[in-house]
Amino acid sequence: MSWITKTFTSSIGRKIIMSLSGLFLCTFLVVHLIGNLQLFKHDGGAAFNTYSHFMGTNPIIRTIEWGLVLGFGFHIYEALMLTRRNKAARGSQGYVSNHSEQNSEWTSRNMGILGTIILIFLLVHLYNFFWRARFAGDIPKMGGADPLTRDYDNLYMAVVDSFHIWWYVLLYVAAQISLGYHLWHGFRSGFQTLGLNHRKYTPAIKYIGYAFAVLVSAGFASMPLYFFLFTNAQGELAANAPAVLQSVAAAF
Amino acid sequence: MAGSNPNAKPMNLTLKVWRQPNRQAQGKIVDYQVKDISPDMSFLEMLDVLNEDLLRGGQDPVAFDHDCREGICGSCDLFINGRSHGPEKGTTTCQLHMRKFSDGDTITIEPWRASSFPVNKDLSVDRSAFDRIIQAGGYVSVNTGGAPDGNEIPIPKEISDRAFEAATCIGCGACVAACKNASAMLFVSAKVSQLALLPQGQVERKTRVENMVAQMDKEGFGACTNIGSCAAECPVGISLENIAILNREFLAAKASSNNLA
Amino acid sequence: MQLDSKIPEGPLAEKWEKHKFNVKLVNPANKRKYDVIVVGTGLAGGAAAASLAELGYNVKAFTYHDSPRRAHSIAAQGGINAAKNYQNDGDSVFRLFYDTIKGGDYRAREANVYRLAQVSVNIIDQCVAQGVPFAREYGGLLANRSFGGAQVSRTFYARGQTGQQLLLGAYSALSRQIAYGKVKMYTRSEMLDVVVIDGQARGIVTRNLITGEIETHSAHAVVLATGGYGNVFYLSTNAMYCNVTAAWRAHKKGAYFANPCFTQIHPTCIPVSGDYQSKLTLMSESLRNDGRVWVPKTVEMAERVRKGEIKPQDIAEDDRDYFLERKYPAFGNLVPRDVASRNAKMMCDEGRGVGSTGLAVYLDFSEIIKRTGADAVSQKYGNLFAMYEKITDEDPYKQPMRIYPAVHYTMGGLWVDYNLQTTVPGLYATGECNFSDHGANRLGASALMQGLADGYFVIPYTIGDYLAQTPPKPVSTDHPAFAEAKAGVQARTEQLLSIKGNRTPDDFHKILGHIMWEYCGMARTAEGLTHAKAEIQKLKKDFWSDVKVVGSGEEMNQALEKAGRVADFIELGELMVDDALNRNESCGGHFREEYQTPEGEALRDDENYAYVAAWEYQGENQPEKLNKEELTFENVKLTQRSYK
Repeated sequence: MSWITKTFTSSIGRKIIMSLSGLFLCTFLVVHLIGNLQLFKHDGGAAFNTYSHFMGTNPIIRTIEWGLVLGFGFHIYEALMLTRRNKAARGSQGYVSNHSEQNSEWTSRNMGILGTIILIFLLVHLYNFFWRARFAGDIPKMGGADPLTRDYDNLYMAVVDSFHIWWYVLLYVAAQISLGYHLWHGFRSGFQTLGLNHRKYTPAIKYIGYAFAVLVSAGFASMPLYFFLFTNAQGELAANAPAVLQSVAAAF
Repeated sequence: MAGSNPNAKPMNLTLKVWRQPNRQAQGKIVDYQVKDISPDMSFLEMLDVLNEDLLRGGQDPVAFDHDCREGICGSCDLFINGRSHGPEKGTTTCQLHMRKFSDGDTITIEPWRASSFPVNKDLSVDRSAFDRIIQAGGYVSVNTGGAPDGNEIPIPKEISDRAFEAATCIGCGACVAACKNASAMLFVSAKVSQLALLPQGQVERKTRVENMVAQMDKEGFGACTNIGSCAAECPVGISLENIAILNREFLAAKASSNNLA
Repeated sequence: MQLDSKIPEGPLAEKWEKHKFNVKLVNPANKRKYDVIVVGTGLAGGAAAASLAELGYNVKAFTYHDSPRRAHSIAAQGGINAAKNYQNDGDSVFRLFYDTIKGGDYRAREANVYRLAQVSVNIIDQCVAQGVPFAREYGGLLANRSFGGAQVSRTFYARGQTGQQLLLGAYSALSRQIAYGKVKMYTRSEMLDVVVIDGQARGIVTRNLITGEIETHSAHAVVLATGGYGNVFYLSTNAMYCNVTAAWRAHKKGAYFANPCFTQIHPTCIPVSGDYQSKLTLMSESLRNDGRVWVPKTVEMAERVRKGEIKPQDIAEDDRDYFLERKYPAFGNLVPRDVASRNAKMMCDEGRGVGSTGLAVYLDFSEIIKRTGADAVSQKYGNLFAMYEKITDEDPYKQPMRIYPAVHYTMGGLWVDYNLQTTVPGLYATGECNFSDHGANRLGASALMQGLADGYFVIPYTIGDYLAQTPPKPVSTDHPAFAEAKAGVQARTEQLLSIKGNRTPDDFHKILGHIMWEYCGMARTAEGLTHAKAEIQKLKKDFWSDVKVVGSGEEMNQALEKAGRVADFIELGELMVDDALNRNESCGGHFREEYQTPEGEALRDDENYAYVAAWEYQGENQPEKLNKEELTFENVKLTQRSYK
């Protein structure tokens, strides 16, 4: 083995890959969330579909996409490797009585479970939108008069349709709660693993991480909930939606 | 004779103790009753009472490691009611006192669990893996004699104090026992950061962290996932900051050392 | 045998330098042909094993612990003395020498003590180079504190954990040599006999504490660094495993035991709280720098305190007797340990003791807390205060500590010459297990100094002198002497297991401890000692007919280990009593009530007792033979110690 493979298969090396891939995926979450906010634009999905088309066709984005695949790949692979190593280290004879809840947070001890829920969601999510748009090609086109956009996939409607299926919404929300907890620990943990711990900055990193976890997961969860609760089958704001939403929508 | 609290009433307790005759044998939890335990007793003195009773009754006393009973030698190592060194924060088993328990309590007592800490007998475990990690590099290579005057190199008080805090690790293994991953990184990081902070440790700074981490992995300890149980259970308060220092020392060493192996 | 201390000729200050030049050297290429056994891996043993391995010898190191880092040196709190004079307060090698000789009440060998003071400065340098994080000033230089028995600040420290940091330094040096393969480390191995061939120590017999296997190990020389025997008192500040077994077995093989009655009773320990008590906890002597020792002025008030009717913090200043400050205005609370202990006992004997048992005095920090604030006090003594609170459930920031003297250190031990060699050629003793440097009383912060001096800076030179005169041919464990020693150990183990009596080893240990504390403790009388001797002899008979150990010798068996140690303690106890009876004077830790000044201070008899009493084993149940090494003082004038 070369020094490089030795470094990155050591216990700390694997953690560093976990951390780097995890923090990279955090940046993806930000981009993804901001882009998806266009779902809330009251234009019948025009902006969202343009955005989706751009993301699906732009060569730079398509290249970065491979980075994303690698990011997920490494994160998942290293998680499996670390879990295997750590289970072996713990040994076959467990404690008869173990009160780890008294010395640590539940979320920190259960990143694997949280990650697995997120992975299941990810597979469903990818199949539903990514696979169908990119490979299956069974998403209806936007149509309409604009020659520029009429051949774009109407991904917006696919989203609206999906977000009116109760179990789908439930899976989404559950996955976002898992993601929130995953980030609650993962964000600050990523910095700790890289050795970025300083008595001046670490408290800030910790609270930024908490804010990040809440904002990102709540942001993503708000989408299925919004469409499920407050819109009709076309994604238009329903008449019985709360007044505050009505006025926000009117403002745009 | 009464202690500091003359009104404290003696307690009767049920103990669930891990018994295992030797390293190869199967172990199991065995129930014992102990009576008239004074709240001023230390936890190990309570076990002394149990062992004297067992011995008088012709039974094999419970084997456990202990020595100084002052919380500094790091010998004692009991997992009490699901916690390393029991319920009190910042305390070794020998400094845990029975006033932390109540009459009628059931107390579960187990050995440290980790593949790298095999059980010798009952509650005594083999922690020689820690020694081998130190042997891999937890020192400054100076032979006796020839050292420069102690005041030759001034060390800022703050640096010296931080190094001292890391150096107070007693090597008990509570961190490994508490960690979901049986990771020894708090232990390793304490020594690595002590010597990385001090000017004396600079010469071997890179090889030290490389070799100690390699040995830690070889011993089969798990990898840290930043859960924090270790620091929470550490009887001398070694902080998680040390693990961050270990991580960056390791990364920096790997990136810049001339070691191609 | 005529005792030859082998003190080099010449002026005091030049003896060691001259001696180092005169000793024979082993050629570097030949060093690897010599095996040295080091038993015990605390400060003295760990330092010796590492230093000898660095020189090139093959070292086999033994400890009964699971790791060399557990040795009881680790528990030393306060600090280590060194004549660095960093504080510009008039310290010097001669002053450290003088203080140590005086503190030891003129019962130590001048040459050894002077050498100790000389190498003390090297110890600090060595430890700093190892990365020992000593306390520092803001300017980055080493800090010092003052300690009992000295009027200069020469004590180096690492908060209240100096012993830990020094031991971990020695442990790291040892670990490095283990990694190099120059030290073979045997953990969980208890030494049970020395093997002597043709009058020379050639190996040891050990028991593997995990498997129970009896093993033999050979070498060209054997170094014992097995600590003190304070646990003969059952309750002491020593760790639970501390024992005399290694030293005692060496004694039975021909090593003389010197001044066994010189035990140090440390004044500041947490008082006994109940019969179940397994050990006593020391509160570092450094606390006496800032804490003030007192008891209520009247017996009536003390009684009310004992009953809990009034709290100590409510007692008015005028009703307190700061007895050390009153009696010893020059040294105040910083008088040597024996003086402080005896005075605490006197106060309690007068009925002015405090705590529910009446066997305690106060150590009060209210004044320093008022003067510098609780934070500053916590910086200095935080860990000690926390430990006190854990044990007693009382907060020393709010109410004074209760303290009482407890057995802490044993100045006596195996007799050694200037080279640290016992009366058995090839058998050396270092650290607390020898008798050499502290006389009748050890000054605070000097135990760490002596252990490291012996291990790092003395034995590496002196053992070479012996080895250079020993042919480098391998020593085989096939020699019949090994088989014989091993059979002896096995027979003894089987005997202990076969008695199947009714009383546990701890039962006997507690009785022995009680006898020793009552009659051979802080104050001794001929009558009490005579009584104690009979009691101990009876106890020995009872032990060998009624001790109970279950299980077998072929497994981990802690009761069996304990039984063997208690058996040796009982024999040692008798010798201590003999020694105390023989010494018709009071000096240092040995206070015979018959010999005191009108003010109740120790009254030495320099004319008749300025000697080291070295006891020679004569066989089972035979009285031991007294050999005397006369002490000559050429550089200090023997005076009545005065700390007034």
